[in-house]
Amino acid sequence: MTRPPVLHGEVFGSGNDAAACAAALALAMDGWRSAQARGSLREEQDRRSVLWVQTRKAARIGGVPYRPGLPADVADRLVHVLARTCEDALFAMEEGLRCRDLAFVLGEVDGNPRALDFTASRRLSLAAERHGVPLWLIRLDAEAELSSARARWRVQARPSSPPQWNPAAPGAATWHGELFRSRLHPPGEWLLAWDGAGQLGIVSADALPPMRTGTRHGMRGQPG
Amino acid sequence: MTGSPRAERRILSFWCPDLSLDRWRQMHGCGAGEGADAVPVVLFADTAHGPRIAAANAAAAAGGARRGMMLADARTLCPAIRAVPADPTGDRAMLEKLALWARRWGPWSALDPPDGVMVDVTGAAHLFGGERALLEDVRRRCGRRGFGVRAALAPTAGAAWALARHGADGAVIAAGEEPMRWLADLPVAALRLDEDVLIVLRRLGFRTLGELAAAAGAPGGRSAVHRRFRNRRSAAANPLIRLDQLLGRVPEPLLPIAPPHQPLVQRRLLEPLRHRELLDQVIDDLAGDLVRVLAERGQGARRLELGLWRVDGDVVARPLELAAATRDPAHIARLFRMRLDDVDAGFGIELVRLRSTWTESLASAQADLERQADTLGTSLAACVDRLVARLGPHAVRRPVPAASHLPERAQKWVPPLDSGMVEQGQLRFHARPLRLLEQPEQIAVLYATPDGYPRRFRWRGRVHEVTRVEGPERIAPEWWREKGTARLRDYYRIEDGEGRRYWIYRQGLIGDGRGGVPDWFLQGLWG
Repeated sequence: MTRPPVLHGEVFGSGNDAAACAAALALAMDGWRSAQARGSLREEQDRRSVLWVQTRKAARIGGVPYRPGLPADVADRLVHVLARTCEDALFAMEEGLRCRDLAFVLGEVDGNPRALDFTASRRLSLAAERHGVPLWLIRLDAEAELSSARARWRVQARPSSPPQWNPAAPGAATWHGELFRSRLHPPGEWLLAWDGAGQLGIVSADALPPMRTGTRHGMRGQPG
Repeated sequence: MTGSPRAERRILSFWCPDLSLDRWRQMHGCGAGEGADAVPVVLFADTAHGPRIAAANAAAAAGGARRGMMLADARTLCPAIRAVPADPTGDRAMLEKLALWARRWGPWSALDPPDGVMVDVTGAAHLFGGERALLEDVRRRCGRRGFGVRAALAPTAGAAWALARHGADGAVIAAGEEPMRWLADLPVAALRLDEDVLIVLRRLGFRTLGELAAAAGAPGGRSAVHRRFRNRRSAAANPLIRLDQLLGRVPEPLLPIAPPHQPLVQRRLLEPLRHRELLDQVIDDLAGDLVRVLAERGQGARRLELGLWRVDGDVVARPLELAAATRDPAHIARLFRMRLDDVDAGFGIELVRLRSTWTESLASAQADLERQADTLGTSLAACVDRLVARLGPHAVRRPVPAASHLPERAQKWVPPLDSGMVEQGQLRFHARPLRLLEQPEQIAVLYATPDGYPRRFRWRGRVHEVTRVEGPERIAPEWWREKGTARLRDYYRIEDGEGRRYWIYRQGLIGDGRGGVPDWFLQGLWG
């Protein structure tokens, strides 16, 4: 069963925690894994890089990616761009989408800058679809304005389940994810968990619209 | 040049008629006509009028599918057809690999898009046991890689191209031989002309190269053909230019695949410059020089750097970026003149250097600018160049591990294409956060437990209740580089009541004799 991959997604979240950023990374890696599983390129052959574009303001608010804490797959292929303005970040993202040597592009923009309007997001969608490079745009502390993104998530941190060996310690990252607009899947809300290495799972459907089992939205996971 | 005796070149041209299909077969690991290739398969490309067939395998061709046909039409002829999207980016990348690999037969190879490669094998054929053996070698090695090829060898690129596509397979025009003996019977399509020009030629009654060459060679015939195509400047639209290239009467430059170096022009000035008008004059001259260099390569400048070396050793640099490739000296000089008002000449400027750090193919790119940018992606290096040219060299970088146990020093940034230091696999004893704040931010602890960590703290104006905690992880200062009064840090991984996860530390211990009550900082964020 092949479902078209999400080529332009947006994740909204707070700038005071890294939930949105980690969720975007998890979703992007999940899409990447399923692209590999579909067999166009085997995992060990795939030496493509990953582009992470941040505006300077987003980096000041939420920090920069920290290599020792990144999933191992991404850590050694990350190319980081620190853009002074939102226009520069949009330019960098678009150039990244045109590059055939990139596995995916992560963009991170703070607030609702004037430059990031519907036209700009449409431009990004078209570039992503034309060249098949997925873009996940992290929107810190932003209002969900008009956008042409194919999947739009709103992510908030949730208390994690206690780890097995030290129940007092923080466990695997858990988020409440609301898919509020999507072309490929009916909207809904889920409780998502990420082990920090790449496996994204669904913890529960959170008493929300019933889920069909199986692969959805490029995500692997079992409900319930 | 015409008619003068020149050392004859030997150009090998090979053509993969089914490059995209061969690639598709390789991806499915099957030979021609077996496995996934046994059923009718077409590769299609999306066009403005719907999907159109880019390539069809033997079974599909037997069912009636042809290249260029609409997919819907082919489906009515052969309902069992399996449609697969074509991949021009991948084909182009494969062709680039093939062209680089083809340098095994000659020192210099060029792409011949969409599906051919040219190699200059002048003086190299004897290494393979003669020219026929060389062609045999090309066919065998390409076949081993899974590509069906047609190859030909001729003194000019045009003749080799024509023979590879329209002549007998493995044809060789020997050195000094009359090329028309071999080429006369080939159709005019062998001239690499545009489709509309071919229609014009067909209407004029020219079917073969021999007829065209005879007409152009007759008394007054050349000027008659010339008059008919006098407005056609580009080689692909003018059969006379193509004919002359085919016969070697005019040279045909081909761009080799190896990356060329950056064009650079400079003027050393006998007398140091101290006045603006003279500097403007020098810049005009330099722009003219640079444009000549660029024109020779068929390129235009996207980014330029002007360096002014002063007598006292100071260098003033003025970078300039252009939105589109240009070769207009007046435009370049004018842009620089606007940016030179604040230059302090000091005791004078003795060297002016103009360099083009980013060039783009201009003559050839303009015709198919859209197609190139739209269907073929850029390589990572090209992408990084563009990013660096606009955002500056320090904005584009890659994190690499550094030998330090202090969290903020455990990663350093290097240029994106540097390999960094060799790494022996990282030991992950401790959890590390996904993101690190650029500067640790101080937090106000409102209530701390007796054993050390805070229960409630305020950060960025919000109060966080700590519900889960792991730690402390004690990290001592680096005594070999910091002052003796530097305080150690006790790190805690914490999670607050809403599930937000942070990395906080206390700097110092109470009563360690290195300051007062220790402060708390927040340094990292977990997902």
